[in-house]
Amino acid sequence: MQMPAPDARILGRKPAIVARLREVLPADAVIDDPVELRAYECDALSAYRCSPLAAILPRSTAEVAAALKICAAEGVKVVPRGSGTSLAGGAMPSQDSVVLGVARMNRVLEVDHADRIMKVEAGRTNLSVTGAIEQDGFFYAPDPSSQLACAIAGNIAMNSGGAHCLKYGVTTNNLLGVTLVTMAGEVLQIGGAHLDAPGLDLLGVICGSEGQLGVVTEATLRILARPEGARPVLIGFESSEVAGACVADIIRAGVLPVAIEFMDRPCIRATEAFAHPGYPDCEALLIIEVEGAPAEIDEQLALIRTIAGRHSPVEIRESRSEEESRRIWLGRKSAFGAMGQINDYMCLDGTIPVSALPQVLRRIGELSAQYGLEVANVFHAGDGNMHPLILYNANAPGQLDLCERLGAEILTLCVEVGGCLTGEHGVGIEKRDLMGVQFGAADLDAQMRVKDVFDPAWLLNPAKVFPLAASAARRGA
Amino acid sequence: MRPTTEDELAGIIRAATGPLRITGGGTRGLLGEGEPLETGGLTGIVLYEPAALTLVVRAGTPLAEVEAALAAEGQRLPFEPGDMGALLGRNGASTIGGVVATNASGPRRVQAGACRDALIGVRFVDGRGTLIRNGGRVMKNVTGYDLVKLLAGSRGSLGVLTEVAFKLQPIPPASATLILPGLSPARAVAAMSAALGSPYDVTGAAHLPGIGTLIRLEGLAASVGYRVGRLLVALAPYGQAVVERDADAAAALWRQVRDAAPFHGRAGDVWRISVRPSDGPEVAARLGGEVVMDWGGGLIWALYPAGMDARAPLAGIAGHATRVRGGSRDVPALPPEPAAVAALTAGLRAQFDPRAIFASGR
Repeated sequence: MQMPAPDARILGRKPAIVARLREVLPADAVIDDPVELRAYECDALSAYRCSPLAAILPRSTAEVAAALKICAAEGVKVVPRGSGTSLAGGAMPSQDSVVLGVARMNRVLEVDHADRIMKVEAGRTNLSVTGAIEQDGFFYAPDPSSQLACAIAGNIAMNSGGAHCLKYGVTTNNLLGVTLVTMAGEVLQIGGAHLDAPGLDLLGVICGSEGQLGVVTEATLRILARPEGARPVLIGFESSEVAGACVADIIRAGVLPVAIEFMDRPCIRATEAFAHPGYPDCEALLIIEVEGAPAEIDEQLALIRTIAGRHSPVEIRESRSEEESRRIWLGRKSAFGAMGQINDYMCLDGTIPVSALPQVLRRIGELSAQYGLEVANVFHAGDGNMHPLILYNANAPGQLDLCERLGAEILTLCVEVGGCLTGEHGVGIEKRDLMGVQFGAADLDAQMRVKDVFDPAWLLNPAKVFPLAASAARRGA
Repeated sequence: MRPTTEDELAGIIRAATGPLRITGGGTRGLLGEGEPLETGGLTGIVLYEPAALTLVVRAGTPLAEVEAALAAEGQRLPFEPGDMGALLGRNGASTIGGVVATNASGPRRVQAGACRDALIGVRFVDGRGTLIRNGGRVMKNVTGYDLVKLLAGSRGSLGVLTEVAFKLQPIPPASATLILPGLSPARAVAAMSAALGSPYDVTGAAHLPGIGTLIRLEGLAASVGYRVGRLLVALAPYGQAVVERDADAAAALWRQVRDAAPFHGRAGDVWRISVRPSDGPEVAARLGGEVVMDWGGGLIWALYPAGMDARAPLAGIAGHATRVRGGSRDVPALPPEPAAVAALTAGLRAQFDPRAIFASGR
């Protein structure tokens, strides 16, 4: 993975730049000590690390604006950071950049049940957003696996999803407004508590722009009344093809579960050994969750059981209690941990048309054998968002490279069958160089033209998303 | 001009020397002058996978044709796009591209999202004559910037849509509409907020003059029955609701809301105002005339004296107002933007349409 050579002029001006930042920020908000900076050298894509020039932790929109004005004047690159849980390297710094962390901006600014909105500072963690409203029977729907740690700022940057987006959508569908600070230090209000944009949908393009258009400091979120209850059913199958066909039939039948999760045999076995959820030993299993009052849940699950029954399931296990629900979800929720126990792994995030599922799983099996690296599949089957986990040994020379090449082949396959490189993690540095597989030069140029408008000098998180060669002229490289 | 391929369209745009007026069915009142550029030659369903809830369709395809194809498979567009023809006195057939260009979203927007939320892919030719693809045909996609949303509601100001992709929704087997008669706008919004803030998954909440306050439930039959019962109890403080269980009768009511039917054929300008729902009653009070409220009070259709500025009395209320019918040289139809936002908008238009040939959206 290649990063641009750091700008020697900026490295040489480090003391002056840090001094200027200290003029507008409190002493404890500017970090330039090399040891302390190590905390900011990577995100959850920990294979790649680089210490930044400095890190700043402002406490207000005004401080963010003041700091960005200085960085813009100095020509310093800025890497925005939420909680640093990106799996794509979205918050990985370069040596000549300032990391701008919004974690200290975590207040709830407004909750309005009548209007079903909530305004928070963007450093607030995803789970604590729901935590602030759950006693009133409300919740914030997007629920990425990292929700305990990840910040709303990062969710907005990556347009994060989660297990329940089949029904509730991803971040962009639950975001109504932001306070955006541009690289020039200008503070903009985009959207608000109303439901639609007056002109161009700037909010729509800001969400998912990976911190390249501005720094989001506040967000107005749509909140929902929590359903009366939820219950999963676990269904085991003799083959992935049959599981895929069952998913298609359920969707065709007009039931819209909140989640349809899929695991294949390698994943089932690993989680069984790790967390002992008591899963059946089969080729593929689905966990399908439905919501509502008890009678509504019964009605939906009865329909799902009828449909699944036509696909010769190995087992249908319907939860009848909180404890049984917990056990059904236990394996799925510990899948990544279970894999981490066995091996190092790389988690992919491509999306495919649901109809291509059997074909893609078969081809992944062939590629896995060809590369000699095991691949376990766990994913959101309802929307086709796959998370193949490639197992490898980070300490064995050449294995990371081999793993990345296999990953690139699998993601290319996702695009070839009509899907995309990333469904919810983002491009970051990880998939940057594969963008040409999905997009033509004109498609990429159109996206880069948007950045030209928001950040003409290309100082915000510049070496991400677009292949370095494609963005070189704009970055002045 | 009526291109039948993307290449032909791109050629026309590259060769254009003056403004072009992009025209689908001509039913949505998009503004501007120039040589007509019709999308009616770019039609047809490209891909429809009912089991994946996915549709890809060329932009000039009539909305009615899209809806019929989906209905044949028991599916629909989730966002319930309206038909503005009768309101605006136009006879054309609305196209799916026009729906996207105006982000047309009806009553179900409160639960299922807007057009922009169901839109998962676009192909368009920008003002430079370049074909651009963004998004795709899968529901979850964060690969690169989301130009799909930027194009939704862009009123033809960035490019000509040639192909659009949607995620779909199965048509639920049952529905019911609760009708609360005689509420003031303030009480109506309170009732709608109570319903929308309940766990009963309300898919429409509107206030229709002369009819009442409408709350819609959809889903499996037993579930709808259960939720009707619970909402009757929860909404008891607002009066005794009548339950409309006849699907056709209920659909007709929701079409009236969706298309602002009470204002069809009546004198005066029509404004569409978007605010936070709890400000809805204040908007209604300040405008003084007749209003239809949708989205739980967050969307207000107002009949207002011809040529008058409905924005002036609404000063201080956050949100925006667009005049959808009528005209006045002195009052712009589209809401003015704060200077910093307007600069970004202008910058984007300059990037995608540097020669300013797409006058229709401005």
